[in-house]
Amino acid sequence: MSWKRILIPAAAIPIIALLAYGLTRDPNLVESPLPGRAAFDFVAPTLDGDTLSLSDLRGKVVVLNFWASWCIACIDEHANFTEAERRYADDDFRMLGVVYQDTPENARRWMQRMGGGWPSVIDASSRIAIDYGVYGVPETYFIDKNGRVAFKQIGPVSWMLLRQKVDSLLAQPTSTELKTGVSGAGALHSSGSQP
Amino acid sequence: MTSPPREILTLLTFAVLVAVPCAAFTEPASRGQETAVQAAPLSDAELEARVREIASELRCPTCRALSVQDSPSGMAEEMRGLIREQLRAGKTPEEVRAYFLERYGEWILLKPKAEGFNWAVWLLPVVALAGGLVFVMLTARRWVQQGQARAAALTQKGPEEEI
Amino acid sequence: MTNTIGYLAIILALFLSLAGAAAAFRAAKTRSSALTLLGRRAAYGVFGLATLSILTMVFALVAHDFSVSYVAQVGSRSTPLFYTVISLWSSLDGSILFWGWILAGYTATVVYIYRDRYRELMPAVTGTLLAVNVFFWLLLAWPANPFQPVFPVPPDGPGPNPLLQNHPFMGLHPPLLYLGYVGMAVPFAFGFASLITGVVGGDWIRAVRRWIMAPWIFLTAGIVAGAWWSYEVLGWGGYWAWDPVENASFLPWLVATAFLHSIMVQERRQTLKTWNILLVIATFLLTLFGTFLTRSGILASVHAFTEGLIGPFFLGFITVVLVVSLALVAWRSDQLRSEPALDSLASRETAFLLNNLLLVAFTFTVLLGTVYPLIAEALRGVKVSVGAPYFNQMSIPIALALIFLTGVGPALPWRRGSPDLLARKFLWPVAVAVLAGLAFWLLDVRHLGAWATLVLAVFAVGLLVGEFWRPAQARRRAHGEGWSRAVLNLTAKNRRRYGGYVVHLGIVVIAVGIALSSTYRREREATLQPGETVVFSGYQIRLDSLYAGREPHREFAEAAFSVARDGRPLARMTPRMNYYPMSTQPIGTPHVRTRPTEDLYLTLMAYARDGSTATVNIIVNPMVVWIWIGGGVVALGALFAISTAAGGAEPTRSRGSSTERQAEPVEAGVGGAER
Repeated sequence: MSWKRILIPAAAIPIIALLAYGLTRDPNLVESPLPGRAAFDFVAPTLDGDTLSLSDLRGKVVVLNFWASWCIACIDEHANFTEAERRYADDDFRMLGVVYQDTPENARRWMQRMGGGWPSVIDASSRIAIDYGVYGVPETYFIDKNGRVAFKQIGPVSWMLLRQKVDSLLAQPTSTELKTGVSGAGALHSSGSQP
Repeated sequence: MTSPPREILTLLTFAVLVAVPCAAFTEPASRGQETAVQAAPLSDAELEARVREIASELRCPTCRALSVQDSPSGMAEEMRGLIREQLRAGKTPEEVRAYFLERYGEWILLKPKAEGFNWAVWLLPVVALAGGLVFVMLTARRWVQQGQARAAALTQKGPEEEI
Repeated sequence: MTNTIGYLAIILALFLSLAGAAAAFRAAKTRSSALTLLGRRAAYGVFGLATLSILTMVFALVAHDFSVSYVAQVGSRSTPLFYTVISLWSSLDGSILFWGWILAGYTATVVYIYRDRYRELMPAVTGTLLAVNVFFWLLLAWPANPFQPVFPVPPDGPGPNPLLQNHPFMGLHPPLLYLGYVGMAVPFAFGFASLITGVVGGDWIRAVRRWIMAPWIFLTAGIVAGAWWSYEVLGWGGYWAWDPVENASFLPWLVATAFLHSIMVQERRQTLKTWNILLVIATFLLTLFGTFLTRSGILASVHAFTEGLIGPFFLGFITVVLVVSLALVAWRSDQLRSEPALDSLASRETAFLLNNLLLVAFTFTVLLGTVYPLIAEALRGVKVSVGAPYFNQMSIPIALALIFLTGVGPALPWRRGSPDLLARKFLWPVAVAVLAGLAFWLLDVRHLGAWATLVLAVFAVGLLVGEFWRPAQARRRAHGEGWSRAVLNLTAKNRRRYGGYVVHLGIVVIAVGIALSSTYRREREATLQPGETVVFSGYQIRLDSLYAGREPHREFAEAAFSVARDGRPLARMTPRMNYYPMSTQPIGTPHVRTRPTEDLYLTLMAYARDGSTATVNIIVNPMVVWIWIGGGVVALGALFAISTAAGGAEPTRSRGSSTERQAEPVEAGVGGAER
């Protein structure tokens, strides 16, 4: 019966292996089903009182950042976005914020204090957040020129990641460029007086 | 001395007592889906009941352990509102669930969909219980036979000493 | 200075438990009384050092000595003294220190109580307990050291987790839970020692029964208190969310409950030895598993602490315990074999087998559901959730079958029940249950689960009452005693048995409370202006005022409601939101008005800053209070059951003594006296 004496303790192996595997995983990182799919469009008021629609930004690489004034990790990543805004000023690149579970006044004040010229939209009743499957802030979606979600970052975005993602997305051609030429270039300005 | 048929009867009664509620409790879910198909205009109470049913099977994204129904968080409240709105617009509960599934992935469902590999989490407990029941029944019967054999041997030898 | 004393105590406790374990294990082999004594003294010494280190920590917390890492982590000058003291277990390192202290306490107590008994077994028991101590003190000496020096010393700290300083129950629930969790190490040590020494049968089984009962009571009370805490604090009107960490406390409870029953079969019939050993090992492992879940951050949970090296440490320890125990079971399998024999299937033995089957299946279900997200991620690469809807659906049938057995088990006599006796015992309860079933249906209890729970509860209570009534009746006839005297004498004579039945009654009460509160809960949200009234479920709830205030450790916004029914004022209720300096989100504190039939539960959800409106969530929860009452009944019944011999001296009579059989009139057909 010696096989039994080895087999019984061997029953422990799968359990231990499973728990060990669990230790290597972060339960808070849930993979989003969105990357590879078309980004959900939305039309929403910005903090400055304009109206902005995501589809107007087609043809540009969009970094869509969900944030809130009460979010501490958002402070860390903000400088990276400011830097990106400066660095890619001449490229087909847009920063776009979405204010998550916050009052417009608080958000406006925070933005003024932190600096940064990009628009942020007010997400009344959190519909945009639900559309993008947001768990909390900060969360950032990288949208390519064709309006597809390319990547989702949970937690603050590092400068390294930001540069790497934006550079690679800028290098990709748009499908519209290939077929019908640039179309969405001036679209943004039609919806208001964006800087 | 009880006769074997009676013993089997006892166990059978027990098996039925376990099995009937087991079957009964898988029922409400499917029943819910049936009624869902006929999307007639809902009364407020019906609507709220359906919102509650859907919301309690969705996981609240900001709080992790609670359902959208139970969570007091702002996000959960918005999600309940969205469910209500969609139901009112004539979507079926299945479509509402699919809406959230599309955006959050399987993580959002508090009840894993019974399909593919997920059958494991639904069936293994049932298989274990059923297998265990058969095992216990067979072992118990064997033990009774041993007990009767031993009792017979004891009565031949002399008065019972055990206990 | 404080750091040095505390850390020195931990290091010394580590080495002393190591040395003591070595001595005790050696003594288990050589039977050397000098080494046995050494092991015992080491256990006392470890407890002394543990006490020293924990007192040092309490002192540091109270004195706000922020040079101590743990104090810098959870202390704050503004936190009230009570919460400062209990912040000892509000965070990771401190809770492990508290844990280690309880473990050392259990070790010293067990070693002291059994210093003159079970001579062949006790050295190995001491060694096992000290070996578990080694692990915890190693954890405290290295990855979970709460006495790390902090430099420069901060002037103040953040205070404990706001959620944990929001209700005084935090002073009760964790210690109870820890006492339960850690106590499971004692029966494990006995089981493990029996495997090492080969003393697999024997009267130490009775010691184990007592030593699983004590932590079982703590664990039960801890779980119920935890549910109550969630109910009073978390603001969603529920008490059990099937959160991984809640499951982790429930799993060892289930297995320990199975063991409590099956050990009786071993006591009487000398069978199920392997099974019982496995159960006792599983109980201990599940407590470790639960700790692993809470301390490693492996599963997302509201209750989890997360930290780096502690997870791997626990996993290593779990591996060692699991592999060594299973190897020992395999090695001793020949000695563990018994020749089981039953007299009849209609016997309590069979009821116990089924009870064990159900409890173990329940454990398996909850365990599978808890770790399934990990399995799915490992094998499918997808993160899934398993939550309350799954657990409710799976557990209700099992729970119903268990309620059925809480009544049937005690009604079945050991060995064999004559058909006559069974018919007599079951006739009335079945009749009453059928009538009750009709009545509940007519009373509009149409939810299948709730209805079935109520009917089975009536049936079980009927059978249990019969178990008191029948022998009491016999006593009355035989001794001419009155009812109360008869019941009193009866139960006093047989505390273990009747205490157990009281526990069963308590469980039934809890089940009814859970079934009704979860199915007939009513809820609505309302936004009110001051002076406005909302009517819900017969209550007129008027918002009187909305105001803000400041307490030393927090600010708050509070809404005052007057609640009336039919124009008659009932209560003034003040749900609030607390703002702690270190927390970005407010912590809501519901206000609960508890009555025997239903609770009114108000949560402040939102309010306008100018005080013009407040949004309140109103929940009417029927029969919730019976869950807490049932918990109390269970604890009291269990205490009564183990009160047989204070001080640990088990009654000397073992199997059904003849004196008892004469003293207590036994009905025809009941084979043997029961204890």
